[in-house]
Amino acid sequence: MKTFTYERVNTPVEAAAAAARTPGAKFLAGGTNLLDLMKLEIEAPPHIIDIGKIGLDKIESTPAGGLLIGALVNNTDLAAHSIVRRDYGLLSRALLAGASGQLRNKATTAGNLLQRTRCPYFYDTNQLCNKRVPGSGCAAIAGFSRQLGIIGTSNACIATYPGDMAVAMRALDATVETVNAKGAKRALSLDRFYRLPGQTPHLETILEKNELITAVLLPPPVGGVHIYHKVRDRASYAFALVSVAAIIQKNGSGRVAVGGIAPRPWRVEGAESLLPSGAKAFAAQLLTGARPTKENEYKLALVERTVAAVLNEANH
Amino acid sequence: MKFETPAGINPIDKQTVIGKPTDRIEGPLKTTGTAKYAYEHNDVVSNPAYGYVVGAAIAKGRIKSIDQTKAKAAPGVLAIVTAASAGPLKPGQFYVDKLLAGPDIDHYHQAVAVVVAETFEQARAAASLLKISYTKTKGAFDLAAAKDSAPVPKQGQFGPPPQTNVGDFGGAFASAPVKLDETYTTPDQTHAMMEPHATIARWDGDKLTCWSSIQQINWGVRDIATVLGIPKENIRLISTFIGGGFGGKGTVLSDIIAASLAARAAGRPVKVALPRPLIMNNTTHRPATIQRIRIGATPDGTITAIGHENWSGNLPGGRPESSTASTRLLYAGANRFTQLRLAVLDLAEGNAMRAPGEATGMMALEIAMDEMAEKLKMDPVAFRLKNDTQEDPEKPGRKFSTRKLVECLQTGATKFGWSKRQTQPGTVREGQWLIGMGVASAIRGAPVMKSAARVRLSREGIVTVETDMTDIGTGSYTIIGQTAAEMMGVSLDKVVVTLGDSTFPESPGSGGQWGAASATSGVYAACVKLREAVANSLGVHIEDAEFVGGQVLAGNRSHPLGDAAKAAELVVTDEMTYGTLSREYAQDTFGAHFVEVGVNSYTGEVRVRRMVAICHAGRVLNPKTARSQVIGAMTMGVGAALMEELVVDKHVGFFVNHDLAGYEVPVHADIPHQEVILLEDIDPTMSPMKAKGIGELGMVGVAAAVANAVYNATGIRVRDYPITLDKLIDKLSING
Ligand SMILES: Cc1cc2nc3c(=O)[nH]c(=O)nc-3n(C[C@H](O)[C@H](O)[C@H](O)COP(=O)(O)OP(=O)(O)OC[C@H]3O[C@@H](n4cnc5c(N)ncnc54)[C@H](O)[C@@H]3O)c2cc1C
Ligand code: SF4
Repeated sequence: MKTFTYERVNTPVEAAAAAARTPGAKFLAGGTNLLDLMKLEIEAPPHIIDIGKIGLDKIESTPAGGLLIGALVNNTDLAAHSIVRRDYGLLSRALLAGASGQLRNKATTAGNLLQRTRCPYFYDTNQLCNKRVPGSGCAAIAGFSRQLGIIGTSNACIATYPGDMAVAMRALDATVETVNAKGAKRALSLDRFYRLPGQTPHLETILEKNELITAVLLPPPVGGVHIYHKVRDRASYAFALVSVAAIIQKNGSGRVAVGGIAPRPWRVEGAESLLPSGAKAFAAQLLTGARPTKENEYKLALVERTVAAVLNEANH
Repeated sequence: MKFETPAGINPIDKQTVIGKPTDRIEGPLKTTGTAKYAYEHNDVVSNPAYGYVVGAAIAKGRIKSIDQTKAKAAPGVLAIVTAASAGPLKPGQFYVDKLLAGPDIDHYHQAVAVVVAETFEQARAAASLLKISYTKTKGAFDLAAAKDSAPVPKQGQFGPPPQTNVGDFGGAFASAPVKLDETYTTPDQTHAMMEPHATIARWDGDKLTCWSSIQQINWGVRDIATVLGIPKENIRLISTFIGGGFGGKGTVLSDIIAASLAARAAGRPVKVALPRPLIMNNTTHRPATIQRIRIGATPDGTITAIGHENWSGNLPGGRPESSTASTRLLYAGANRFTQLRLAVLDLAEGNAMRAPGEATGMMALEIAMDEMAEKLKMDPVAFRLKNDTQEDPEKPGRKFSTRKLVECLQTGATKFGWSKRQTQPGTVREGQWLIGMGVASAIRGAPVMKSAARVRLSREGIVTVETDMTDIGTGSYTIIGQTAAEMMGVSLDKVVVTLGDSTFPESPGSGGQWGAASATSGVYAACVKLREAVANSLGVHIEDAEFVGGQVLAGNRSHPLGDAAKAAELVVTDEMTYGTLSREYAQDTFGAHFVEVGVNSYTGEVRVRRMVAICHAGRVLNPKTARSQVIGAMTMGVGAALMEELVVDKHVGFFVNHDLAGYEVPVHADIPHQEVILLEDIDPTMSPMKAKGIGELGMVGVAAAVANAVYNATGIRVRDYPITLDKLIDKLSING
């Protein structure tokens, strides 16, 4: 771990302003991802801005009938919230499928959105990794890629966005709200929040340097059956090989976002009209352009089959 | 005391304390966090410094240079030790790996330096400032590629003969009416114990004390002496509690050497713990295997030929994975052949992990038996029963001391409800899930080794046991206490057990499933001597004395036990040594595992639903700790079956998934209710304790039982572990 300085701020704008003062500074929320990465020197921010005391820890209904989730609401509270459980069951299920009880108590909404990939080469500073050291190369493409991405990837990086919560939020059409050092606010819809790697896999979102996430806005609930099916090698406490977040309506229409296969929660709205025709047609459209490695091409079949399992469950 | 003829009746047979499901006597220390593990002995070293081990960044090659300028100048840095500055170091006598390497690098994350600083954080930060440049050379990392040129190794210290031949295997197999010839693979695995390898080292002049996490104290002292080139007398090694070892802490590894060298260089005690991401590639692991099994039988299911070949790899001079061990003994068959082959690989050292050889070998053999049963159209249990043998199949006339494999299989079949299993695979469905049942036999050797203990009696009637035996979470403290209590006729709360200190009499430590049987026998021997000393002191004849309820009864008089120590504490030491019974008899433990799994027909996810284990493993010294051993072992077997694999990157040359996020072991949600049945097995040929080990037996066969259940559920035969969903989904037909 590299030496760093630390400050605690009291308001969101102060946080953003503090970040603007020190290039490379990082916000500290739950710390469950950032601190691990700092111990391994995968991240080495010179300055840490503790945002634990800036508020943003409430869940509120909006006048339009949606739900505003503060950036610092922890994953446990979010999953347990009565409105979330009633109207956005998908989100609750996705959260509870992630990490462990202890981690969810610390992990925050904003931190969860920004958690970094679990590519094993990214985690070993002796290995070539374009995401960690831009331009150095990618050891994963010719190496162990069983968990890595099959679509939206590039020849510079095939890592996935590893999280669960954002996959559900993507299916729920969430928007990320931010503020910068000058107090200017932005609303970024989750479908364009994460960048694809291209030749710059170290740039993962469209957040600007000192921009602070203040909340996530969910639009009014859409009803339907909410299913989050996370497929992994053990029953709990593992990242998804594939996860499917689905909202299926009585008439067979629906929305499906898929985790574990791409640098962002993968949703292709244009494919969703095929859901009533079944998983095969839908998955074929969803995965058009996929470029799996030999080690992870099983994910093509796994996506289709997991969607089929979800549709089957929704019909029962 | 020498044990040469089968044991008669002795005080242990009373089973008033022995054989009871007593809670662990050290349990409250552990549940309250007050049991001190190696790294936590802050009371004994004031002002320790911290050492951080730096692992090689390449898999094979040479260090060109190490620039220490920046690291040395970093805050808090006290010393930096490298192979160049450490003076001559030899490999230990069990592990072959160089524990501080340079300039030559033999494998990834081999230790190349230890940076010592005032705090752990400073040491870690400075370690990353060491500028090491390397010249890479080509290495061999692919077992399959190295397989055909791998020679038959020399006979190793603990393994089976590298090659065995009985009768005419080739001829019998060729002419067998029903035969199977299949190849199975098992991956590299890591022990993944909770407590990392950790040591505090302190020099007092030329005397070295190490508090470490190590399973065999005697080997540890021997190997510290060997590696550092110092006399054994100058070394004290202490390992009071161990947070799991599973064979991965057999003897000296890089943490001890790093701490010792660092403490010498810094002139202060030094603490070293290996960070988790270093452990997998720096220390030892269970090596991958490729196994070919051939079985020939007559149509009635009689095995006529059985052959097992095993390929594994290791660093030069390392040992083979002895996967053929069980096949030599488990089933009858007149014509037999086993062979080990050993390739040189430039990965971390392959060595013992829980039931080395047996666990891997039975992962293959017991699938093969399932496949063979199907070819013969026999029930897999019936096929195994048919080929039971009561004598060593390689040495007709040499009997098993006790062997109830048949009873294990039959009892298990009844308990589990085996008769409900559908012969036709893929036919039982519950919603999206396909359900299947599988069985496997279990066998594991039951070695006993010479072991010594000292026992003390105080005037208060307290019996104190001292032996360098370790407790790696197994229950050694408790069964040793129970042994002494039974022998001296006192309750368990009158016994104090002290373990894991090289100043105590020598035991063989925890390993090879020999710890419980051996260490308690050493305590037995010492207690026999103490009983004599007590009788002497009280002026009664030992033949007349009865030790019961804290009293010594002789004639019609009763003396409080402590009275024997009124004048002075009684202290005796003895050891148990062994004659030739282990050659006259095949001494083994047996078992059977029954497993039910569900396989999601859409996603291929496998979930274990039920497990039953039957064990026949000598006298059960404590049913609670024995059961804990077995359920832990069954859990490890599920891991081996379904998820555990150190993935080799064959380009870079290392285990990629070298942390506990990447290397998955079962979590609670993976493990259903586990039922364990311990069949009575009082084996007088073993020792006066009539006991054997059980900690490794519980794992043997589990993975194959899972694999066979997956086959029964789906009709898909996976011969390459672990059985992950990507090996199933292409062939699974969706239903539900
Ligand atoms: C063992 C383990 C298992 C896990 N398993 C899963 C799993 O199965 N599924 C899953 O989805 N996740 C899993 N996680 C990841 C976990 O969800 C994340 O670590 C957690 O959500 C991060 O939240 P945090 O508040 O701790 O973030 P931090 O670590 O504090 O921050 C993460 C990043 O977000 C930035 N950040 C934080 N808040 C803001 C803000 N308001 N504005 C801008 N930037 C901000 C930080 O600067 C940092 O870069 C696991 C983690 C661990 C350690
Ligand atoms: S896939 Fe991406 S994260 Fe992984 S090694 Fe390559 S560049 Fe790094």
